[in-house]
Order: sequence, then C-alpha cells, then structure tokens
Amino acid sequence: MAEYAIELRGISKYFGKVAANEDISLTLKKGEILALLGENGSGKTTLMNMLSGIYFPDKGQIFIDGREVVIRSPKDAYALGIGMIHQHFKLIEVFTAAENIILGMDGRSMIDMKAVTKDVQALIDRYGFHLDLNRKVYDMSVSEKQTVEIVKMLYRGAGILILDEPTAVLTPQETDHLFSVLRKMKADGKSIIIITHKLHEVLDISDRVSILRKGRYIGTVDTKDATGQSLTEMMVGEKMSLDIERPEPENRKLCLEVRNLTCLDEYGITALDRVSFTAYSGEILGIAGIAGSGQKQLLEAIAGLQAGTGSILFTDPETGRKEELMGRDPLSIKRMGVSLAFVPEDRLGMGLDGNMGMPGNMMIRTYRNGKAPLLEQKGPRDLSLRIKADLGVVTPDINYPIRRLSGGNIQKILVGREIASAPKLLMTAYAVRGLDINTSYAIYHLLNEQKKKGVAVIYVGEDLDVLMELCDRILVLCDGKVSGIVDGRTAAKDQIGRLMTTVGEAAS
Amino acid sequence: MKEPWVRVVKRDEISLARKIWVRVAAILISLLVCAFFIYAVTRSDPADVYRSLVDGAVGSSRRSWSTIRDTMILLAVSLAVTPAFKMRFWNIGGEGQILAGGIITAAFMRYCGDSMPTPLLFLCMIVSSCLAGLIWAVIPGIFKAHWNTNETLFTLMMNYIAIQITAFFSIVWEAKKGSGTIGIINQKTKSGWISTSFLSGLFGKFNYSLNLIIVLALMIFMYIYLKYTKHGYEIAIVGESENTARYAGINVKKVILRTVALSGAICGFTGFLLVSGSSHTISTSTAGGRGFTAIIVSWLSKFNPFMMLLISFFLVFMGNGATQIASEFKLNESASEVIEGIILFFIIGSEFFVNYKLVFSHSNKKEEAA
Amino acid sequence: MNFLVKLFTGIFSVTFFQSAITQGITLLYGASGEILTERSGNLNMGIPGIMYMGGIGSLAGAFLYEQGTGRPNGWIGVLCAILGCLILSFLGTLIYCVLTITLKANQNVSGLALTTFGVGLGNFMGGSFSKITGTAGQITVYTTGQAFRTKIPFLSDHLGIFGQLFFNYGFLTYLAILIAAAATIFLFRTRHGLALRAVGENPAAADAASINVTRYKYWATLVGGMIAGFGGMYFVMEYLGGTWQNNGFGDRGWLSVALVIFAIWNPSRAIWGSILFGALYILFAYVPLGQAFQELFKMAPYLVTIIVLVATSLRRRKETQPPASLGLSYFREDR
Repeated sequence: MAEYAIELRGISKYFGKVAANEDISLTLKKGEILALLGENGSGKTTLMNMLSGIYFPDKGQIFIDGREVVIRSPKDAYALGIGMIHQHFKLIEVFTAAENIILGMDGRSMIDMKAVTKDVQALIDRYGFHLDLNRKVYDMSVSEKQTVEIVKMLYRGAGILILDEPTAVLTPQETDHLFSVLRKMKADGKSIIIITHKLHEVLDISDRVSILRKGRYIGTVDTKDATGQSLTEMMVGEKMSLDIERPEPENRKLCLEVRNLTCLDEYGITALDRVSFTAYSGEILGIAGIAGSGQKQLLEAIAGLQAGTGSILFTDPETGRKEELMGRDPLSIKRMGVSLAFVPEDRLGMGLDGNMGMPGNMMIRTYRNGKAPLLEQKGPRDLSLRIKADLGVVTPDINYPIRRLSGGNIQKILVGREIASAPKLLMTAYAVRGLDINTSYAIYHLLNEQKKKGVAVIYVGEDLDVLMELCDRILVLCDGKVSGIVDGRTAAKDQIGRLMTTVGEAAS
Repeated sequence: MKEPWVRVVKRDEISLARKIWVRVAAILISLLVCAFFIYAVTRSDPADVYRSLVDGAVGSSRRSWSTIRDTMILLAVSLAVTPAFKMRFWNIGGEGQILAGGIITAAFMRYCGDSMPTPLLFLCMIVSSCLAGLIWAVIPGIFKAHWNTNETLFTLMMNYIAIQITAFFSIVWEAKKGSGTIGIINQKTKSGWISTSFLSGLFGKFNYSLNLIIVLALMIFMYIYLKYTKHGYEIAIVGESENTARYAGINVKKVILRTVALSGAICGFTGFLLVSGSSHTISTSTAGGRGFTAIIVSWLSKFNPFMMLLISFFLVFMGNGATQIASEFKLNESASEVIEGIILFFIIGSEFFVNYKLVFSHSNKKEEAA
Repeated sequence: MNFLVKLFTGIFSVTFFQSAITQGITLLYGASGEILTERSGNLNMGIPGIMYMGGIGSLAGAFLYEQGTGRPNGWIGVLCAILGCLILSFLGTLIYCVLTITLKANQNVSGLALTTFGVGLGNFMGGSFSKITGTAGQITVYTTGQAFRTKIPFLSDHLGIFGQLFFNYGFLTYLAILIAAAATIFLFRTRHGLALRAVGENPAAADAASINVTRYKYWATLVGGMIAGFGGMYFVMEYLGGTWQNNGFGDRGWLSVALVIFAIWNPSRAIWGSILFGALYILFAYVPLGQAFQELFKMAPYLVTIIVLVATSLRRRKETQPPASLGLSYFREDR
C-alpha cells in the first residue's frame, strides 16, 4: 500500500507564454484533508484541473496510489476514483438530484429509479447530508446543488475528492455542516483536497496545508503547527518592491459617498452587505479582496448596472453639485451630467464589442451625440488614432476587429476610451489582468495621470504588491463586507492579507 | 487512452485570401457535384448541359430580365431579414410577411385599381404593404422582447397563418368559380402594375428596370443603415452582447421591436414588388420559399448587402438555368431546388474551414486545451 | 342552430375520427423524430425535406422492385419501400449532421437548406422518375400500396364501431404509435435517454459526466430523421396508395415541427396531439361556411401551436421549456 493517494512530481502547465504552474510537487496522504492555499491566480485551480482531466500537464508526473497514471479526460479521472467539485456546478437544471447523480454511469439500460434512490439515500444517510433526491436542481439552493455534486462523486466511488472553493457560496451554518460531512468522509477513508482562501477554515478543517504562490509551490505545513499569521506570510510572501510611482494627492475633495450599499448577485445571494465608504478626487482608492467578495457588484452598482439598496451620492468636486446614483441606469446617469468612467472586468463581454474595430468601440457610450440619424465618424476615428499613438496600441489597422488583438491592446483601447471621456470618477476592475509587465506599468501610469488631474480613481485589483504601491488608501472587502480601510503607504502586507480572509473581526 | 489523432482548434486570424479561396473552392466543388447530378439524370455531356443552363438563365433578353427580377426579389427579402438577423433575432417568417404585404397590394389593385389615380394607388399599396409586413413581424417581436418567446418557431407559425389567409382570398377573389386562383389582376388596364417599359430606350422594350433600381437602392440604404447610422450601431451592439448593450445604455426591448418592425416592413414591401411588379396575382406559392432561402443568403453573406447581391444572383442564375434544363429534358422543374440545395450545402460546410483548423496530434502537444 | 347541428353531426362521426387519425399519423412520425432530434439539442429545420425524401425513397424502392418482377408481391414491395425510405432519409439527415455537428455550421441555416434540397429532390424524382428510368407514365406502385393499406383482419370488421374506430388502418399507423410510446420510454426511463436529454440541456455538463456528446447528437438526429422519413412513406404509400403528387405532401413537415412544440417535447403527448392536429387539419371540411372560410379554418393547428408557445413562455415552467441548448453547437474548448 502506498502512503500517498496522490503524488505530483514537477508538474508544469503553460498557457501561451504564461506559466500557470511551474514545477509543482505535492502529496496527498490517504485519509487526510489537505488544504490548498493561495491568492487568486496562484494556480490552484489549474493544478487541480489536471487531476480532474480538464487540462493536460505540459511537464511532470502524476501518481495515484503509487502508480503513475495519465489523465486525459474527466472519464479517466472517474476511473481513477478522483472526483472534483468545480466552483461552477456541472448539473442539469431540469433533472432531479437523483438523475444528476446517475447521469453518465454505466448500468442496466432501464433505470429503476426506486432502487437508485434507495442506494443513494443510504449514502446520504451515512454521511449525514441534507438532500431530497426527487427535487429538481433549479429548485435548489446553492448549498443543495453542491451536495448533489459531492454525492454524485461519492456515488461514483470517488476515493479522492477535490473541492474548489466550496465555502465561497455557503453561509456559515452551511459551511459548518459541510465540514462535519467532510470529517465523516475522512473517517471513512476518503482523501480530500480543499481549495480555499479563508484561513480560519483552513485551520479548522485541514490536516496539512500546501501553499502556492504565483504558480509555484511554496511549501507544506502541518495545520497543528500553523497559525493565521504564519500561513498569511507564506501565502502573500515578502513584500516585493515594484517601483510604481505614487504622487502625493493634491487638492483632495469629496467625490463619492457610498452608504449602506447592499446588493444581491444573480443567484439571489447577498453579494454586498451594507458597504459604506468615500472616494476623493485626486487619490486612488484601491479595493482588495478575494475574487467574488463583491467587487463586481460594487462597481456595477455605482455605474448603474446593478440594482441594490442604500445610497450612492456623487459630488462634483468642482461645482459641489450632488446627485444620487442609486436606482439610475447608465444612460440617465450620463444625462444627469455625472461623468463617470468604468473599465469593467469582462472587457469584450461588457465594455467593448469584439467584432468592431477601434472607432466602433470608441463610440459605445457616445454614439448618441448629435441629432442626425447618422453616426458621427470623424471624432471616433480621430480618437482611435490618438489612442493608438498615445498608448501604443498594436493593430494592423484601426478598423481591424479588436477581438483579434492581444489582451493588452484590448485593455489599452478600453482604458484609453474611458479616460478620454474626461471623467470625474474612474473605476477600473482588474485593469492589468492578463497583461504583460510593460503594459501593466503603462496602465498604472495612466491612472496616476488621472489622479494628478483631480480624478477620483477606484482601482479594484488582485495583486497586493501593486495595490500597496499604487493606491493611497485600500478598502478591503471580505464576503461582501468592508473588513477594513487602510493607508496604502503604511499598511503591512500580512495585515491586508488577514483582512481579506477575516470577516467582522477588527483588524489591527 | 491515446490522444486523438486530430483535434479541432478555432483560428485566431483569418486572412482575406483564405476566406476567398475556401469559398471559391466550395463553389467549384459544388458545381462539380451538380454536374455529376445532372449527368446522372440526363446522361448527356455535362458541358452541353451547363451551356443550356447558361442559356436558360441569360440566353435571351427576356430570360435575363427574369433572372434579374428574381435576383432582386431574393435580394430584397435577404436585405429584409438581415437587420433582425444581425441582432440574433431569427426572423424565418419572411414568407408570411411577404404574403401579408402581397395580399394587401392585391386588394388595392383589385378594388381601387380603376378608381384611384395612379400615384395615390402606388402610395397606398406601398404604405399598406409595409404596414402589413410590419404587423406580421412585430407580433412575434413583442413576445420575444417581453417574454423571450422563441421567435424562430413563432415566426414560422405566422407563415402558415398568412398562407391560409392568402388561400382564403384566393377563393374570395377567384377569377373563375371553382378555380381557386385569382388570375392576373387588371390584365387589361394594367393599373397598379409596376411599369415594365421604364427607360425602354436604355433597357429594351420589356424590362424590370424599376424593380432593379428600387431594390438596388434598398441595398444601398441597408448598407448605410447597418454601417453608418445610430440604429445600425445599436443593432450590432445588441446582437453582440446584452451586457454591452446595457453598459452602453441601450434600451434592448425598444431596439428589438424597432428592428423587427423594419425587417417585417421590408418583407411586406417585397410582397408589393412581387404582386405589383412581377406576378400581378397572388397565390399561396407567391413567396415561393424565399423567406427561408433569404435567411441562408443573409447568413452566408455575413450581413454584407453586396455579398447578398452576389449570392442571390448566383442562386437565381443556377435555379433558372436548371429549370431550363429540366424543361429541355422533360424533367421536373424542381431540379433547380436540388441544385440550389447542393450548392448551399457546400457553401455552408465551407465556413468550417474558414473558422477552424485541424491540428494533427504529432504536430503539437503544447497547446492542449489552452 | 342548423349550422351547429351540421357541424356536430359531421364531427362526431366515424369517418371524421378516421380521417383525423389518417392525417395525424404522418405528423406523429415527423414529430417523434424531431422530438428525439431536438432532445439532443439539434433544431432540425430540415425535417420537412427529410420527410419528402423518405416518401420518395419508399416510392422509388417499391417502384424499382415492382418494375423488376412480373408479378410483384405486395409485402416484398413493403420491405423494399421501407429500405428505400430508410436509405434516403438517412442520407438526408447525415448531411445535416455532418454540417451541424462535425462542421459546426448554423443549425437553422443547414436545416433550411436541407428542406430546400429534400422537397426539391422529392418533387424532382416524383416528377421525373419514369423519364429517368425509361418507363412510361406516372409512377405508381399499386400492389405495394395495397399491402400498406391492408387492415388488421378480423378486428377491423368484427368489432362494430369499435373496430372501425381503432382497427381500420394499415400497420404503419400502429407502428407510429408504438414508436412514439417507445421513444417516450427511451427518453424518460432509460439511461441513454437520460444522457440524451442531458446533452440537449447542457452539453458541457454532460461532457463532464463522461457522456460522448457528439455520438449522442449523431445517433439521436439520424434515428430521428429516419423516423420522420417514415412519415413521408406513410403519406405516399398508405394515404395516397402508392403514388406521387407534386407538392402533395404540402406543409405537413412544418406542422410536425409545430406538433413538437404542442407536445412540449414529449412523444407520448404527440400521440394524442397528432390526432388533435389531424382533426384540426380536416376540420375545415366540416364547417358549413363555404369554401373560402374553410381555408381560414385550416390555420387552426398553427394558431393552437402559437397559443401553446406563448403560454409556455409566459408560464416559464422549467419542464415545459425547449431543451436549453436547442440550436447551439457544442465545442468543448469554448468552455
């Protein structure tokens, strides 16, 4: 009998030139719960997807039960007893729980639903799940759907379970219940990997913790020897100096006052919970947080794209005129004369039209200008040429469909357009995601220029080093709540790291 | 557990040259297959057959003009469905919208042909045919915009309601009792007919130059509308992504209704062209499946009106030519639909080779699931 | 009053019921086939064309056989007809499958092209077959047609009105109901049916559950096409008695597509739905309002379909919606 359920040796995976995983070696002991810890983009999910057959490693070996294996498809993974519960559930909405659980399994061609239900029910009772097998998935809460996924894997005889951020969508009570189930499964001899960002959960549930940072393996510790402090340090690493300029704010004036903003996400779960903060002209306010902590809803609510309750009061820094933005759509915000620019996270799905060239994209928010039924052509074309020259957009022609351009060039077009609208408030979501170093610095520079001009900039980011060098103040979101607002010049990295993973508790 | 020997990968960049040669190759192969088909049923030299095909399509002035006339009708319907289509609204109810426009045109010709002054008559026919087509399209449009009712199936059903209404009038207005057909309306007076001798000095005594001019104007209008107007811009954004439309502050429902209305109105107008400018009667087969063919033409043209002209011409040319072959060899005239089908299959299939490439397993291993 | 009496005595008669079934069976084949197809996520608008191809295929098969022998046997003719029907409807559907599944072409466009082709091919062969094969006159296969029309002996004429109502049809009628029932059991009671529905709802999830999406789409669409082809054969062989009428099949193909919606993608509902559609289809003949108004009555099945379509979209019940991925092609790497 091998000691390890899984052993990874020197696994690497590249997407284009970007190394998502670089030479990672990792072990999962039989009958243990291993927590995989790391910031966004540290390569946890990519690594696990190579175990579940979604990706194929470029380098390295995988051993299951001491035997080297090749996993090319989800089917291979099932055959090896590996079951992964993805963040986005792969369930058929109109099927019942029981139908989803047996879907794709071999067996007699006529399904005896009663027998199946009895079988599965036995499994459910053994682990103490709460699940009605005859309920349709579309009627279920997120936690029930997750239960279906877990039961599905167990019913297929998975001995190794991988859960990708299972608690991100659960309430504290549901999380407690999930953990008690996981402990029972462990007692039953299952080996479990759980991906999470939440330190208290890691300390609560796991036997050992493995930490990844920026696609590399940092180390593994026994949970009993670890503290929140030590794990945070391993996760965020030493503060790295990036030499991003940060001019002192001048002429700081109130621009945006958000009070008790509460929003639901598309599943009806509270995404933002009574968020309050202020943003000032002439400064960059950073927003840090684990992905999905409510950043998207926060920016979209301000931009008029997300319904919610509370107050979003915009103050024109020059005239002092105040306008309430809550309950307005983008067009009416614009018509009120509030000049607000927004660089959304989903560049081609929201901010731009990938099939159009640069001029077409320049006019997305301005095409209505003028009374004539025809589009104004010259302005957008001139603007395209200017942005192409000023920001160094590489494109064969300004009319070339921007979908075909690289991510960096697409982002330059989007940021360039939003800045060109001479906003009072500029919001950016993950403005440098997927961009190379030079383009990233170019974007930082643009944001600083805006700051100097007296624009209030809100920068949602994921790289703490960048946030700490670029922003004047950093608001930290955790689970839709503000867990702290710190000074970008004086805050310590592990302090922010703790705020990102702790709800409610006061941070030092 | 081997890697599949060939995988399909989306192309990042598509060169113009590739776009052209793939399509030209598809058309050539389809012509080859058509030749084989024709040879199989006629047993005569394919070269001869293609010669009589050309002869059938453009062999005489009259034949050329009917090829042009049919091209213009197909082009007009294609133009009509395009704005809705570009917005991802599958208006396959062109057939019904054409008939709606055609019936009302026929009604005006019949009842007011002799009593109204010609300009007023034409004004009434045009306005009412556009309105009829518009209504026929907006009904499914309203349900789509507000309740997301499947528009493909709804517009499809609307076709048959229009067809039955046409059948109803075919009997109400029938020329001879029991014949079930209306016959040529105003055969003697020709009132309400689009003139077939417009600019006869230039185009010959018998021509469809007015149809030609009207539809070409429509083509240019549609080109400008889609590319250079605010409406066209909104259509493109709504078709691309609803989120982007919201971001841009576009009222999606309003754009859907307005665009569907335009689409239906032009279909209705085509009904007017068919009745007043071509058949001078109406029957359940007046639209002749053009509402469906137009969808294909519009799709294959990638919404480019000039490409639609080319493809419409090509299809009509082949169809009319095939009809000629069929009559020469005493075969059924549906031969033209068979040929049209074969050509369409090849052009539709060829799109794959424009958008995707095949990667063979030994050639690279690195890009796996990127 | 007189009007209603006339209408009701017409409708509540054996012949009305019989002709409703006769009209309905064609639609039932088409709808059963299309339901299987659409459950895999393929919206096959080529069904009307495929039904034409099935019809002419069966006629060609029987015709070649009857021409080849001096004294044709009706039942061998039936076998030849079935074979011809299967071959042509298979080939037609295969074109659609290759275009939409393998080459990922747009389903609506490919389907409409197939309908153009299939209807054309049916009418072309129907009108030119004798010329091509060098025989004279209209193609008819009387012997085979009669075999198709053979009623169930004894049951059809010894059970009084019951026998007249239920046993007065050729074997294809019962086969249609059998296929629809079998398709229902397949879809809702078997493992493969479950997998097929999963493919139509969410191919990515089905793929993750280790279901071969491409294979299911091919199978469902091909088998569905061949079932629909039987609808064409029924019309040509039993309804027309083994001959071809140019465009005689009319819009029955589209009516089958409408029936799919009416049946809310459940073949068992299509069984009684087809009889209802058949009744609506011939209702006009029993309306004593004159010929013109009869034409208006012919739109009844389409109106009913629209009402069902609107009602289901207003109610938004998940179970009564079209398969969620209907009309979309699946490309794994798009995830």
